[in-house]
Amino acid sequence: MALFAQAACHELYTAREADAPSATAMALGCALQSLQGRPLLWVRHDLVDLATGFAYAPGLGELGLDLAQLTLLRARDARSVLQAGLEGARCAALGAVVVELWGETRLLDLTASRRLALAAKASKTPLFLVRVAAAPQPSAAETRWQVRAAPSRALAANAPGPSIFDLTLLRHRNGQEGLRCHMEWDADARTFTARPIAGGSPIVEPAREQASPALSRRVVPFSLDRQGPNPAGALVTQAG
Amino acid sequence: MLVEKQGGALKLAAINRAGLSLGFKTGMTLAAARSAVPHLLVDEFDPDADERFLRRCSAACEIFTPLVALDRPDGVLLDVTGCAHLFGGEREFCDRVRRRFAARGLSLRFALAGTPDAARAIARFGATAIVPPGADEAAARGLPIAALGLPPETTLALARAGMRSLDDLAKLPTKPLSARFGGTLVTRLHRILGWEDIRITPLRAPPDCLAERHFAEPLSTLPSLFAVLERLAGEVTLLLERQGCGGRLYEASFFRADGAVRRLRIETAQAGRDAKSLLRLITLKIETLADPLDPGFGFDAVRLAVLRSEPLAEREQALEPDTAEKSDEDEVGALIDRLVARFGRERVLRFVALDTHDPARAAATLPVMSRKRFSPPSALEQGGPPPRPLTLFDPPQPIEALAEVPDGPPLKFRWRRVLHEIAQAEGPERIAPEWWRDGGHAPETRDYYRIEDGHGYRFWVFREGFYEDGARRPRWFVHGLFA
Repeated sequence: MALFAQAACHELYTAREADAPSATAMALGCALQSLQGRPLLWVRHDLVDLATGFAYAPGLGELGLDLAQLTLLRARDARSVLQAGLEGARCAALGAVVVELWGETRLLDLTASRRLALAAKASKTPLFLVRVAAAPQPSAAETRWQVRAAPSRALAANAPGPSIFDLTLLRHRNGQEGLRCHMEWDADARTFTARPIAGGSPIVEPAREQASPALSRRVVPFSLDRQGPNPAGALVTQAG
Repeated sequence: MLVEKQGGALKLAAINRAGLSLGFKTGMTLAAARSAVPHLLVDEFDPDADERFLRRCSAACEIFTPLVALDRPDGVLLDVTGCAHLFGGEREFCDRVRRRFAARGLSLRFALAGTPDAARAIARFGATAIVPPGADEAAARGLPIAALGLPPETTLALARAGMRSLDDLAKLPTKPLSARFGGTLVTRLHRILGWEDIRITPLRAPPDCLAERHFAEPLSTLPSLFAVLERLAGEVTLLLERQGCGGRLYEASFFRADGAVRRLRIETAQAGRDAKSLLRLITLKIETLADPLDPGFGFDAVRLAVLRSEPLAEREQALEPDTAEKSDEDEVGALIDRLVARFGRERVLRFVALDTHDPARAAATLPVMSRKRFSPPSALEQGGPPPRPLTLFDPPQPIEALAEVPDGPPLKFRWRRVLHEIAQAEGPERIAPEWWRDGGHAPETRDYYRIEDGHGYRFWVFREGFYEDGARRPRWFVHGLFA
């Protein structure tokens, strides 16, 4: 099973408000995996713009997005964000929908979340819902992640290296929880690669990756429901 | 009565009927008028309010014809060619115009004639009349010289020369007349007499095609309004089909019984002529209006006009429309139309690249519907980590930074009350301002650094100015954030 199965609603919570750019990039990167030349709808709450600045085309281009296929909707309030997200999730011709919502809102209750999840499932358009400055809460999403920025591997002359995202799986509909990993964005290949957590053991050994080629498609290569020793088990203690 | 301050004295600028009957004239001082009528009630003259009122009147006139022009300061010209019969003939048409304005407490002087200038001159200087076809000249000949609207000196000169009416002028040969009084006089004379016909320049460009409904009884419920809109949408799409066009920009106008007009614009990403989707967009727009459509005492008329259309090839009708597969492009286009209708034109954006090295200007967003064509930003050469941030602050946010060496990256900085200690840094990248843009006050050269703090947060910061300058300390800003 892929990390972000297609045709579902995935939630990405920021650990702190400052992690918002990381969550945005994570969501865009994941969306990129499922575009296959189709357009991307990006719904961005105005409050997110206030907190982290306006979307900047050159930076997006370097992430690997085809800007000609990108439509940005700047939504005034949470209601607009959710309405637009739902409209997008219902459209089967889209490659993916990225929705960014700032803060907590009573509008996004279980019903609303279920509506989003069902729409994404019916249209087979994955929906990535970024929640900035909100505490994780129950929802109908397929997976729920917490994203935070992680120190990158310095390049020559101590220059910042490629972005690394620290991901914690808060909830998965299959039941796995507590998994934690570091993902590095490879702008050339436009994929994420797993990186060992500093001072810990790597999560995904290369041998295992090869053992299950179906898992390492263009999507992030690692597995949750594999038989045998549970790699997540060891990681929970790591994460703690 | 309205007064206006002219040369240190309050003078009468506009006079009502009662004032006119007392013999008041515009330009008379308020003191003189008060000496005749001590309890004269006056108010201040406000030309802007008059202009706004005139525009509202012209909008209300659009119920009769889409071709409306202003005749400032107090007139409206309508091109009703081919319209009057829709209202049951010219007499009934004029009655309707009069009733519509009488309902708002206005009394009209109007004339209907073959050319706009003749109608205007007759309405202002003659009697309220419907001039039968071909009789323009006869009707206009009796008008006084003032109807030409010439400067007072010329009018006076003509009066001294014994000219009383247009008839007197029309009898004279043209050449000496234009040599003596200028070409304007002759042009105006010919236009008023109908020897020359110039159409009005309407306030708003005429639509490509339109469909409308007038109601005998004002319509006040939304369901009935939607039923009317449905029929109008069908008619408009039929008209478009006949022209071989598809609509890009539509306008629905709702004429309220009290004269107020509400206009809604619906724009689509692709030219189309599907009545059903058009109706859905209109419905969406009406439902999401911040300031809802208020029927008040009901709507007199509804018009649906196509303001912009593009040629559209005929498509084969699917035998079973339900099974017909819509192409992905159409579907995305329809989605964008819905989003634009619901959230507004300036909220749905696409990215464009501008050819500049100034980072703040390099990227821009334009409404998806904008017709400006820019190439989408080109992909930069790949390899290495991104040297440009994901988000940009506008304007850049000032920070307190501490640098180790004058030309180096900051060692630590404080932004939004949080202290960031820098672990990794890259730079500087010196970006000079586009000095040719801001004239003499070009901003200072900026040194950009890409920095990362101990937690992995990445920033794009810059220093404005140099430490060597001495006079001023350089300032630091956060300009963007990296993922």
